[in-house]
Amino acid sequence: MDFLLQPLNLVIFFPLLGVLALLFLKERESLARWVSLITALITFGISLWVLGLFDAANPDLQLTVVRDWIQVAGWNIRYAVGVDGLSILLVLLTTFLTPIAILSTWRAVEDRVRDFQLFFLLLEVGMLGVFLAQELFLFYIFWEFTLVPMYFLIGIWGGPKRMYAAIKFFLYTMAGSILMLLAILWLGINQGSFYLPDLIAIGGIPADIQYWLFIAFAAAFAIKVPMWPLHSWLPDAHVQAPTAGSVILAGVLLKMGTYGFLRFNLQLFPQTSVQLAPVMGVLAVIGIIYGAIVSYPQSDVKKLVAYSSISHLGFVVLGLFALNQQGISGAILQMVNHGISTGALFLIVGFIYERRHTREMDEFGGLWKVMPVYAVLTLIVALSSMGLPGLNGFVGEFTILLGAWGGGVANGPYGSYLFAGLAAVGVILAAVYMLFMFQKLFLGPVTNKKNEGLKDLSARELAILIPLLVLIFWIGLYPQPFFALIGPAVAKLTASFSGIAYLPIP
Amino acid sequence: MFGSITTDMVLAILPEIALLVLIAVVFVTDLVVDEKRRGILAWTSIIGLLITMLLTAFFAQPGAEAETLWGGMLRHDWLAYVSKLIFLFGALITTVFTLNWDSVRFKGEFYVLLLTSTLGMTLMGASADLIMLFLSIETTSIPLYVLAGFLTDDDRSTEAGFKYLLFGAMTTAVMLYGFSLLYGFAGSTGLYEISAAIGAGQIPAAALAGAAVLVLVGFGFKVAMAPLHFWAPDVYEGAPTPITAFLSTASKAAGFVVLTRVMIAAFSSVQAEWQLMLAIAAVISMTLGNLVALSQTNIKRLLAYSSIAHAGYALLGVIAASELGAASVVYYFLVYVVTNMAAFGVVIVVSRVIGSDEIADYAGLSRRSPGLALVMLLAFLSLAGIPPLGGFIAKVLVFAAAVQAEFVWLAVIGVLNAIIGLYYYLIVLKVVYLTPGKDEQKALPTPRPQAVALVVSIVLLLLMGTVFAPWYQWALNSASALF
Repeated sequence: MDFLLQPLNLVIFFPLLGVLALLFLKERESLARWVSLITALITFGISLWVLGLFDAANPDLQLTVVRDWIQVAGWNIRYAVGVDGLSILLVLLTTFLTPIAILSTWRAVEDRVRDFQLFFLLLEVGMLGVFLAQELFLFYIFWEFTLVPMYFLIGIWGGPKRMYAAIKFFLYTMAGSILMLLAILWLGINQGSFYLPDLIAIGGIPADIQYWLFIAFAAAFAIKVPMWPLHSWLPDAHVQAPTAGSVILAGVLLKMGTYGFLRFNLQLFPQTSVQLAPVMGVLAVIGIIYGAIVSYPQSDVKKLVAYSSISHLGFVVLGLFALNQQGISGAILQMVNHGISTGALFLIVGFIYERRHTREMDEFGGLWKVMPVYAVLTLIVALSSMGLPGLNGFVGEFTILLGAWGGGVANGPYGSYLFAGLAAVGVILAAVYMLFMFQKLFLGPVTNKKNEGLKDLSARELAILIPLLVLIFWIGLYPQPFFALIGPAVAKLTASFSGIAYLPIP
Repeated sequence: MFGSITTDMVLAILPEIALLVLIAVVFVTDLVVDEKRRGILAWTSIIGLLITMLLTAFFAQPGAEAETLWGGMLRHDWLAYVSKLIFLFGALITTVFTLNWDSVRFKGEFYVLLLTSTLGMTLMGASADLIMLFLSIETTSIPLYVLAGFLTDDDRSTEAGFKYLLFGAMTTAVMLYGFSLLYGFAGSTGLYEISAAIGAGQIPAAALAGAAVLVLVGFGFKVAMAPLHFWAPDVYEGAPTPITAFLSTASKAAGFVVLTRVMIAAFSSVQAEWQLMLAIAAVISMTLGNLVALSQTNIKRLLAYSSIAHAGYALLGVIAASELGAASVVYYFLVYVVTNMAAFGVVIVVSRVIGSDEIADYAGLSRRSPGLALVMLLAFLSLAGIPPLGGFIAKVLVFAAAVQAEFVWLAVIGVLNAIIGLYYYLIVLKVVYLTPGKDEQKALPTPRPQAVALVVSIVLLLLMGTVFAPWYQWALNSASALF
């Protein structure tokens, strides 16, 4: 009991209580929504309690729970969870977005409501586990576990091509992660531990082996992010997923990839991280520009938002591999920002889809006259997504660009204005496709008669969007509390790169 | 030769004695009871098998030191103990799934043959002598040939039985030739004497490698590894489904126990050679099994090809030739038998109602029977190696064994294959969960005994994936009996 009442265990496993309750609900479908929402809200409350217990000045893992779990072949596999500045915001993001996403399903999901909520809460358990696990084996279990509920969320409640999208999503992710499993096994066998702090302390992996291990881990994470050229599952999964699924997919699941780079690649393989930073930087910049260019011609709003994620997450990866304080802090904050802004965009697309059952831009036009509140809120979110100063996106992207300009280690090829300059082109392109989308949907006269009678946002819909908007302004105007949470842990991480010289790739 | 018979010796063959008694009981019951009441035959077998399992579990447990008993014929060690329990479990679940199968459940000979085959397997698990080994393999195989062709009014079943017989007879003959070579060079039929003779350098390496190839042909047939897998899809498809389940689980596990024991005990001095041979077989098994499974439309054939692929994964553990490797093989089969039994259980229940084994006819199963669909989901995810199910741990262990033995390339091929495997398992789950079916409103009931068997299997599957210390201890004890 004592074990379960540890704050972090409570936050991970509390949604399972909701799952249990749902299992005993037979047919009362409206009740299922409430059970699920209340569970998610309490989980959010517990995560706020965790935040209260969290000491921002301490750069180390906190609130850790470490228990012996499995003794196999001389390895001691432990159950270990802990939170530090690298993960605390992502945990909060997860518990914050989940109830919002659940609230968005009130009208959107009518079929097998109970099962939907059940999978959703299971997904939350998996995501929280991924962000809190400090043991490679445990991490892998949570990582894989998130696939199953998401597969069903897309496959059962998704759009017309849902089966194709669900299977593609599952296969792509599994293909990457199983290579990571081999690397985890290698580490466990040769370094004698799966516990992350131990592995970091032991260190001493030869450079050529580090290189292969880095690639095996990166395969899993790069697919999840997704980085160009491994992104092709993303548009399918996003477009076919139900709105709540898209929100969580973009808001949280993609962050598991960038978080993986941050937590594992950077900490376990510092030498290779330094060496491959330019390569990752180039891939990130290609992703930024590619995502932006491909977003522009999309006629389906949801697809546009999906492709824009590739561009935004390119920024995050660029920031991470700058390997300096600004870059990494900016990247972590940008993960949160993207979760909020893109989550909000998917919700906005969902609202209009529920009214018209289409997402084709040509079907709309002049919506501002019909739905003024909706239009204003969309404008704010769109501006936040493209990085207008004063809103959250700007803070993250600006810090990342600062980091990328001065990034890398001594005599490495990374820290160049080229990376920052090219990435900045992505910001301009983002303005182009976002404003273009806004103009097509909202400006001009009402061209389609079907749009004339559309109702503006309901109270429930406002309740969904307003918390997100509050955060958009808060982070945009006063990001200091957020940076204060991230700062010390990032400083500790970047200090580990200071002694490493850039060597040619083996 | 035997000296005096001690309690130890009797306890070592307690499972076999219990099975023999059971066979006699079923045989007599079949003669005495009139036609209409023969339904009790299945129940007699089920209760008998349960008692045998309990007797085995509590009284036939070996001590810390492995013993060779009965004049060097049988080995009383943990590997034998654990494998006997696996086979008995397989036979038990198989029997439960014959309960509503009218064409077999009134026939005493069916159960007698099934139990005799199980008896052969338990002896296979313990054999420490070439002659004993050969006899037990034949005791296992001959009833299975008959059982595969048991449905005499079904052409495919007859074909399955005949094909299985021909393949089996041929490969057994080859294996026997290998045995005779071993005996000729070593001058003894005892596995451990042969091992000593090899260690002393009595046997020329070329002859030994030759003998290893011939022996591997026989074992490869039993475990359905490539390139000796050709019989498996047709036999699996044609045989009565409970027998298919038995063939693909207990019979395969028996083959693996023998393979592991003989390779590690007798052929350790030509380890590099047989490792290479098995590595090639493993790569072909995994790749071919998975690739061909992709295009199957019949669920039994799909599971047949999947079982060929799984033989490939399990071979990684044998190839590692280490304690972890042997333990991983035992763990693999603990999980695999339970998982495949659950999967075939669903197939049996479903095909009794819808009368088809086509995957397309599983559409809408999740609405017709959420329970069966859930069992299918968990079993298939376990086969695919997704945590927190037993199949995940089993895969991790065999891959870890391969990595530890510096066969990283094999582990990489295994891992790539796991992705292909995932695809066809997902395709089936897609049909079960996502595709709308014609008869969605019609419930598809599961009879109670079968439901109990499925629930037991699923609970075991989850336990093997989460609290695996006790299971792993079994596997480890079995492995240390070999070294």
